[in-house]
Amino acid sequence: MPQLKCQFCDNLATVHLTKIVKGNKAKQEVHLCERCARKHNLIPDQATPHVDLKALLGLLLGPLQHSQPQPLQPAEPLALTCPTCGLKYEQFRAEGRLGCPDDYIAFQATLEPLLERIHRAQVHTGKLPLAIRRGNREAELKDLRKKMKAAAKAENYEDAARLRDLIRQKEATDEPR
Amino acid sequence: MNLDSLLPNLGEWLRGTGPESDVVVSTRIRLARNVVNFPFTNRATHQQKSEIAAKAMEALTKAELPYPLEYLDITNLSALDRQFLVERQLISRELATVLDGPRAVAFDGQECVSIMVNEEDHLRLQVLRSGFALDEAWQDIDRVDDAIEARLGYAFHPQFGYLTACPTNVGTGLRGSVMLHLPALGITKQIDKVFRALQKINLAVRGLHGEGSRAFGDLYQISNQVTLGKSEPKILNEIREVIQTILQYERQARAALLKERKQDEQNRVARAIGTLGSATMITSEETMELLSAVRLGIHLHLLDDLPPTTVNQLFIHTQAAHLQKLMGMPLDGEERNAARAKYLKSKLRELGSTR
Repeated sequence: MPQLKCQFCDNLATVHLTKIVKGNKAKQEVHLCERCARKHNLIPDQATPHVDLKALLGLLLGPLQHSQPQPLQPAEPLALTCPTCGLKYEQFRAEGRLGCPDDYIAFQATLEPLLERIHRAQVHTGKLPLAIRRGNREAELKDLRKKMKAAAKAENYEDAARLRDLIRQKEATDEPR
Repeated sequence: MNLDSLLPNLGEWLRGTGPESDVVVSTRIRLARNVVNFPFTNRATHQQKSEIAAKAMEALTKAELPYPLEYLDITNLSALDRQFLVERQLISRELATVLDGPRAVAFDGQECVSIMVNEEDHLRLQVLRSGFALDEAWQDIDRVDDAIEARLGYAFHPQFGYLTACPTNVGTGLRGSVMLHLPALGITKQIDKVFRALQKINLAVRGLHGEGSRAFGDLYQISNQVTLGKSEPKILNEIREVIQTILQYERQARAALLKERKQDEQNRVARAIGTLGSATMITSEETMELLSAVRLGIHLHLLDDLPPTTVNQLFIHTQAAHLQKLMGMPLDGEERNAARAKYLKSKLRELGSTR
């Protein structure tokens, strides 16, 4: 192992801890000098063979806990799992293929920056499915009819007539293909 | 269906008569679509893939399409038939050999439209057009897409668009590609410059059979890479503008060849015809290279009486699966090289005698 410096001061690190998450793919390492290790309760004052696990975990998770919420580049949540198909984000990273349409929601926060890198965009602006186009048209007509009724009720007949013509015109045009 | 019945036809992409066909061989647009409420193909069970294939078949049979489709179960096809469909650009190599489980293809008699089922995405719709015809191809595929969707719900998200197995296809799911024959840019060594410029603006360059394939016979496919954040017409317009520029470069290079080294070119074309008509063993790669010279010769009017469609016929018929079907027997590599040479010799002799 190359000589490493303590992560807390510049002394030579003599205590090396490795946390292994799921096999050995995601490894987290901590290197410190003896003095800092004691300060963080990693080495008990009396000599015993045990390390304080709680203190170790606190140290490993440390930066996330005591600094303010980190808006910049959160670590990729490799363990994130899609509730629908069971695909782990880690598997997607390894294979490059998603497991089901719901993955786009389950992994949204990590996919968005990826899409930005691939497409320089995150939002679809192209064709909409037939089903949505039909739905949009129905909603628009419904809205116009409501406005027409309101105008008639308010005895605003000029507006009501204009809206009626607009509705007729829209109804006459073909359904979206 | 007996696929041998397709053998005498050239198929839409090799018709050789579309707009700008001196440089543009064909235009292709594909759309990636997935059926709602199913995992993507790579994560679907055998059972789920069967269900998707059954749904797709029903939708395709009932869809209001301008032409009837032939539906083929890939798993029932021999390796030779699968390769034959790859050579005709009706299915991908992945669908033919890499993927497993229930999968299918549907296509029309003109070989304009093909729909692959259980490829990387549940549905891969493709429209082929001879020559430079992005608008026509888009109109066609847009209609086919709607007709299928009317029978089959697609996986779609308001923000991400059409959802695909690979995030590189999400959004429009559209890949437009134009196949170009660029021999003069190759001869004048300008081709790399063109491709470097293309990569800067996010267009991909591929060989004849798509991703990872080598460019044989000066044939290149140019396609968009971005599928999200732009409308389909905008994506196609960006391709169109670039192709128009490349077209100009290729034509300028051809004009320069004629002006500066016509004799050399005449010599090269004559030798190409000579080799094609007299070799006794010839590989598919060499055939493509020589046919590229012949094709250029035709468009530069260095050859009389040879229609471009002949080159296209020789081009497709000398590919491995076509050749074996024509000869009516399985052939190994060496045997194919001999059979290919024999076929070319007899075809060119036939053409010579009718001239």
